[in-house]
Amino acid sequence: MTTVRVELPAHLRLLAGTEYEVGLEVSGPVTLHSVLDALEARYPMLEGTVRDHTTKVRRPFLRFFACEEDLSHLGPDALLPEAVAEGREPLLVVGAVAGG
Amino acid sequence: MSRVRLLVGTRKGAFILTSDGKRKEWKIDGPHFAGWEIYHLKGSPMDPNRIYASQSSGWFGQVVQRSDDGGATWNSVGNKFAYNGVPGTHQWYDGTPHPWEFKRVWHLEPSLTNPDEVYAGIEDAALFRTVDGGQTWEELSGLRKHGSGPAWQPGAGGMCLHSILLDPTNPERIYIAISAAGAFRSDNGGKTWKPINRGLHSKYIPNPTAEVGHCVHHIAMHPSRPERLYMQKHWDVMRSDDAGDNWHEVSGNLPTDFGFVIDVHAHEPETIYVAPIKSDSEHFPLDGKLRVYRSRSGGNEWEELAKGLPEKDCYVNVLRDAMSVDRLDTCGVYFGTTGGQVYASADAGDNWQAIVHDLPPVLSVEAQTLA
Repeated sequence: MTTVRVELPAHLRLLAGTEYEVGLEVSGPVTLHSVLDALEARYPMLEGTVRDHTTKVRRPFLRFFACEEDLSHLGPDALLPEAVAEGREPLLVVGAVAGG
Repeated sequence: MSRVRLLVGTRKGAFILTSDGKRKEWKIDGPHFAGWEIYHLKGSPMDPNRIYASQSSGWFGQVVQRSDDGGATWNSVGNKFAYNGVPGTHQWYDGTPHPWEFKRVWHLEPSLTNPDEVYAGIEDAALFRTVDGGQTWEELSGLRKHGSGPAWQPGAGGMCLHSILLDPTNPERIYIAISAAGAFRSDNGGKTWKPINRGLHSKYIPNPTAEVGHCVHHIAMHPSRPERLYMQKHWDVMRSDDAGDNWHEVSGNLPTDFGFVIDVHAHEPETIYVAPIKSDSEHFPLDGKLRVYRSRSGGNEWEELAKGLPEKDCYVNVLRDAMSVDRLDTCGVYFGTTGGQVYASADAGDNWQAIVHDLPPVLSVEAQTLA
């Protein structure tokens, strides 16, 4: 079991009632799929806000960054960087910069 | 003494405005869900402290919130709106087929008899219902699949199902309206539907009297006269006296019959209100003067209501769900603007005051009359 750090954007922190960063216990390979499963299990109100309920596809205005890399197009079952899996670096969920 | 609670949805959160029966002094509570678009909030007629809210975002999608204590605290409920079966296509702006895609909930209409039952009008246009207080939502797909669905097209604001009217005398009868498809009626609780657009004339579609394709902006009904419907179409104010089977124009002496809102006095089924907007290309009041117009004869003869409303330099819009009435003895009328003002009249429209000036753009206003 690994504690993965995830940083959420303000709208999702407000919705989930969390701090800036959440720690999630992830068992098995640390992938976007497993981290988001753990996020939604702990904060069910976030289901459908990061990825589609059914297809599990990332919402188009969201990105995933970590270790100064854009991981948005990483396959859902590809391993995340070791620093994320070991909790040394956070996975950032980032909303596209746009006006309004 | 009776009180009034206004549920105000805006582009950047929800606000709850409360007053006593005099409706002069108001308490402003909010923003709730700060930063999120709140398209609509509405309370259950059976339990006014049960309120449902549609919370959405272009980034993060749809959330539905429920309060069981009059808006003091909220809990998110189900937000999965899955079309029934293979969604198919509707028309895109250019007439090409476009797949049905869920975007957001525009309107929530709680049942007249059960606080756990709510109808949701969504974009791309469809009608959903929950019977478990919002935990799960199921499409009443007879509407989308009744036959004309592939010919529906979006208005500039999206292809939204924005109006839901429940007949208090007939639990099987539901009216809805879609931009830009038109109005529809079900007489069997939402299982099957038929378009009710005969009499509408829309110059912006190839066949101006087509069965579907009309940009209906809003429809309204008085509970004591459920077969009489009022409609603010893109252009034209319309009335039906036979449950939507036939419509006739009642724009009469309005200075412009473009607009979005229409509503009915709480105690006078013939008294209706609209907020005329200059045109489809200039979404603001005529001559910079914000006005409500009232007809006491079900349309055709209209009087200008101006006392307390801006006399000049006003270039806001009043969106389709942003007008409501209370049920106090002297009916209160309320509307919100895209400039962030919420105006109230405690005397059926004769005099107006701004309750609040500087909210984010107002998307919806619902009045609750509390004991």
